[in-house]
Amino acid sequence: MSFISDVYAYLFYFATLVLVAGLANKIVQYVRTPAPLKIPTTPAPTTNRGVVLRIAREVVFFESLFRGNKWTWIFGWIFHFGLFMVTLRHLRYFLNPVPVPLQMIQPFGIYGGMAMIVGLAGLWVRRFAVDRVRYVTALSDHLILGLLILIGCSGLLMRFVMHTDIIRVKEFFQGLYHFQINPLPADPLLLLHLLLIAALMIIFPYSKLLHAQGLFFSPTRNQVDNPREQRHLAPWARRFEQK
Amino acid sequence: MAKADFAVPELKEYAEIPVIQPGSMQHSSPFKSKPEFQEALGFPGELAPDWQKQALAKMGDLLGRYRSLRVYLDSCVKCGACTDKCHYYLGTKDPKNMPVARQDLLRKVYRRYFTLAGRLFPQLVGAENLTEEVLDDWYSYYHQCSQCRRCSVFCPYGIDTAEISMAAREIMDSIGVGQKYCNEIIGKVYKIGNNLGLPGPALQDTLEGLEEDVLDDTGVEVKYPLDQEGAEILLVTPSADFFAEPHVDGLIGYGKVFHEAGVSWTLSTHASEAANFGMFIGSYENMRRVALRIREAAIKLKVKRIVFGECGHAWRVAYSFLNTLVGPWDFLDPRYPVPQHICEFTYSLIQQGKLRFDKSQNDDKVLTYHDSCNVARASRMGDKPGGQFEIPRAIIRATCNHFYDMGEETIRDRTFCCGGGGGLLTDDLMEVRVKGAQPRLEALNNVMKEKGVTHMAAICAICKSQFTKVLPYYGMDMDQIVSVHQLVSNAIILTGQDDDE
Repeated sequence: MSFISDVYAYLFYFATLVLVAGLANKIVQYVRTPAPLKIPTTPAPTTNRGVVLRIAREVVFFESLFRGNKWTWIFGWIFHFGLFMVTLRHLRYFLNPVPVPLQMIQPFGIYGGMAMIVGLAGLWVRRFAVDRVRYVTALSDHLILGLLILIGCSGLLMRFVMHTDIIRVKEFFQGLYHFQINPLPADPLLLLHLLLIAALMIIFPYSKLLHAQGLFFSPTRNQVDNPREQRHLAPWARRFEQK
Repeated sequence: MAKADFAVPELKEYAEIPVIQPGSMQHSSPFKSKPEFQEALGFPGELAPDWQKQALAKMGDLLGRYRSLRVYLDSCVKCGACTDKCHYYLGTKDPKNMPVARQDLLRKVYRRYFTLAGRLFPQLVGAENLTEEVLDDWYSYYHQCSQCRRCSVFCPYGIDTAEISMAAREIMDSIGVGQKYCNEIIGKVYKIGNNLGLPGPALQDTLEGLEEDVLDDTGVEVKYPLDQEGAEILLVTPSADFFAEPHVDGLIGYGKVFHEAGVSWTLSTHASEAANFGMFIGSYENMRRVALRIREAAIKLKVKRIVFGECGHAWRVAYSFLNTLVGPWDFLDPRYPVPQHICEFTYSLIQQGKLRFDKSQNDDKVLTYHDSCNVARASRMGDKPGGQFEIPRAIIRATCNHFYDMGEETIRDRTFCCGGGGGLLTDDLMEVRVKGAQPRLEALNNVMKEKGVTHMAAICAICKSQFTKVLPYYGMDMDQIVSVHQLVSNAIILTGQDDDE
């Protein structure tokens, strides 16, 4: 029993380390790589404020995808919004005491979980049904979809079919903050759910899940359209200036 | 109708997304550059035995220099939103012409050599070794991309295939696999001053001819000056404007506008080319070297302003890059943006009521307007976003009575490329050019049928040349493509003009 708790404790320490270090490493890499030319996709905002709004619209509404493909947009948005609600709901395991707003959105987390699965299923169907999308789909694309659906299903099953002792789950994660390993309920569904989440955390920085921060660093979206007013010289391009 | 040894696509009433036909354009690739053209640009002449190593080293170098490349190779989730957006896919049905698949040609090599997942589990994530077959695919399909950026409009992360194509072409150039068309032209710019290799005396001759024509036509002495020191404005225009139809009619129009504005202006032999093919091959160094001629000409001729003629990719480099590449322009008149587009210049005169037009001179035409890709999605005109759409249309409306737009989903930032941009305007790529023009011409065909449109105006030398060449393949007439400043030229009433008509 405590053996399983030990394994999961170390697994989550490891997964967190990989996730945080991997992402930090990627972000540092992106920050350090210059964007030597102004390449916003125009029409583009001419002010910083406008750029913040443009990125916000992309993050919240998936504006470009909406223009690109309505089916992918609706399923993609449902999945991501569902995931967002589910994440908020799960914060109750990591915060003590649980803030009131978080307590109030708990039921929506459940709907979020269902929405997530509907969205993922729609996206997966597209990967088979649309010949163009099928052509560009790699095995890893299927595996990531499968992973996320399994995470969602195992979570919902614990809510509706085979309950687990969530008080002890919370004690387990709270204990990890103090390097103290409290017993984790040995329910197979819970163990599967947690194992898959750890796997997701570990592959995140090494897979296409990197799109999450890619958007913020995308020069076609995050640049201000002001090249005639301001020079935009990259450090490596400066050496050409000496003559 | 022009003869083709391939099937010219049909123009339908409603746009259709084709079913994929793998490998259908595998055979298309442009002539390779000879060693002498390569070396003039600072690239090796031919493939070395250790080319894989060199190519990967170059890729690593570019990954460290271009954030766009790094972020775009990492971020794609294969959502498929771009798959039906490329005019080359729509026209050829080859799935490797879908933007994501085109990117994947480079991405699979990036994954194999530069990412942990690709090193450990190549099959799982679609990573592949850099082999001769992959290089062949690169050469073929990165020369079926016109860097028009239409895909970047619809991508949820703004992934711009143009950035990937440019990087791929630069990697290929760095291992001695260059494209003849682009590299030979850049060599000509260095040697003679323009893409077409027109020497100074030929330009002088042409311009004098234009002065005579305009005098005969209107009775007004409109000047087309060359290398005139102390002129206020330096006009930099694509060299096709000096002789090709309908380009030259545009040049006549610029001269008439400058004449009516009462400003002195000049062309330059040294910078007798607006286009900058350095961008097509993704080479910052060559792009800068080509752009530098404009700075040198501006200094030598002691001008106060720089205005660019009608040229799409040139305007991208001019608007978006010129200040960065060869600025600052602190020696020019600070009251004007540097550089200005000829449409911005003409439009501001129209706004001030300084130009008079007889619109009926264009009554033999019903116009539509083709938004050139690099103007639409990679630049701006005026001080508001979207001015690049409104200003040329405002000029057409001021000079013509009959104007209709093509379908909304095919204009403004969703415009289709003409099919010949980005270094593909060469006869050895005729098949991909004709097929790539299909989405644009389908939209044109529809307004011809519905609104009786007879002519399409454009502000890009490549668009004009491309349409002139490919319209006949679709049973249309090559004269249907006109310059925006040709319309201005037709309608403008010059002060002191003969009224005998």
